[in-house]
Amino acid sequence: MTTTTQNAMIRFENLRKEFTLTGTTFTALDGVNLDIADGEFVTVVGPSGCGKSTMLNAAAGLLEPTSGQVLVDDRPVNGPSPRTGVIFQQYALFPWLTVRKNVEFGLELKKVPAKERRAIVDHYLELVGLTRFADALPKELSGGMKQRCAIARAYAVNPEILLMDEPFGALDALTRVHMQEQLLETWTKERRTVMFVTHDVDESVFLASRVIVMAARPGRIHKEITIDLPYPRTESMRLSDEFAKLRAQVWEAVYHQPDAKGADE
Amino acid sequence: MAPTEPSLAGTVEAAASTGPREPQKTPTAPVARKSAASSGRKLSTKAMVTINVASVIAGIAAWALVSGLGLVGLPGPGEVALRAGELFADGTLAEDTGASLTRVLSGFVIGSALAIPVGFLMGWYSIGRAILEPYVQFFRTVPPLALLPLVMVTMGIGEAPKIFVIFLAAFLSCVISTYQGVVSVDKTLINAARVLGANSFVIFARVVVPASSPFILVGMRIGLGAGWATVVAAELLAAPNGLGMRMQQAQQFYDMPTIFVNVIAIGILGLIMDRLLLMVEARLTRWQERR
Repeated sequence: MTTTTQNAMIRFENLRKEFTLTGTTFTALDGVNLDIADGEFVTVVGPSGCGKSTMLNAAAGLLEPTSGQVLVDDRPVNGPSPRTGVIFQQYALFPWLTVRKNVEFGLELKKVPAKERRAIVDHYLELVGLTRFADALPKELSGGMKQRCAIARAYAVNPEILLMDEPFGALDALTRVHMQEQLLETWTKERRTVMFVTHDVDESVFLASRVIVMAARPGRIHKEITIDLPYPRTESMRLSDEFAKLRAQVWEAVYHQPDAKGADE
Repeated sequence: MAPTEPSLAGTVEAAASTGPREPQKTPTAPVARKSAASSGRKLSTKAMVTINVASVIAGIAAWALVSGLGLVGLPGPGEVALRAGELFADGTLAEDTGASLTRVLSGFVIGSALAIPVGFLMGWYSIGRAILEPYVQFFRTVPPLALLPLVMVTMGIGEAPKIFVIFLAAFLSCVISTYQGVVSVDKTLINAARVLGANSFVIFARVVVPASSPFILVGMRIGLGAGWATVVAAELLAAPNGLGMRMQQAQQFYDMPTIFVNVIAIGILGLIMDRLLLMVEARLTRWQERR
């Protein structure tokens, strides 16, 4: 079910993750094998509880697999790394820092000289359209602006990989569409490897060159669907027949889940 | 005044923000508006202050009336004001105020200074919590004043025992609050810092400390209040000077106006200290989402 490319940027190898909650052990992920190529945009979609966020967190080095491993650039992940940027659903901006200081945070940790830092921050604030709000505090921003700030913060440290965990989940429908378009625009410019987790079928099809559909109990890869729509993707593409067909395919796979395996409930 | 729970921030903050926002982007979260609606019409600041002042004047008038009618044998406002003038003129009031404030501030400063690192230890390391929690929980249920007899036996009747009980009062309220602050730091913020390359020290200094500062400041305010309440009571027992001691002395001479002057001084000073700390708090936690 999985394609194996020669040089995978992210490789999930037989990943298994169990959680113990009040004495009961749940298998969040079982036998996950997946390769994501350098520069690829992959979306992972599935019902809640299918382990899609767990998969992303394992790739981010934020949690340890029970067995199996994740390789980034052929090296096993054993902790967070600035090479892997993560964008969280809840924005996760530091509320006590201004927009500029938030974006600068990772650069300071990398000991980038102040002058260079300023230039990088200016560049990414410009890219996400927040230049005018550089000195605003997160509480003064709308949801969309907060997420753009979080994206700028992740970009600023120049990660090769972007892991996005339902980043637009808390936004209203229209803002969401704008953010998707902006994200694709920057992605086409910079071609970083992106793994994007969502529960929105439309979003998964519109963004990705490949959609991974997950199944729950235990979380596993159910289907892979290649989205052969060309980039840049436009508004009219959303309304096209091909898009509708692909969406129907993904929807079908999400909706008609295989039966739960084993005694895992 | 309770610090906002970080865990809710993600869902509610969008609706609560009042700053600049793009026109078409209005996130929908109905939670934030509800509380304002239930509290009825809001008065303007000016109206509030006017009513505050009127209320105080009415209170003093009622006091004057009650004492004037001789209902409960209380001194009137005029008599108390006169006595305040005398106590102020002969320097007694300044001396007592200075003595009480010195005690309370010494205890408060030492208490807070120690509570913050201890609270962090408890919140950050589970071993720290395991060691310290029984003591904190135990002493929290013992009113600091109840320890005064014991402390006086061991530490004598000088300044030390009084400062010690105030220290304890301030320490206990601040330590619990700091601990609460540390354990309720949003895990996502810690993860966000980690993926940007932060090590444990950086996470502590640049995420945990600022994130828990609202809790610490609330703890300090409660601690100062507790310390102030404790000092007066401690002075009632044994002290050469101080507002509490002066009242105790006046009581023996049935000197009601002096008692009143000191009660009022205690109230006003407590209020001033609280407001000052509130201002500091508002300034340091300006970044917080208010709901």
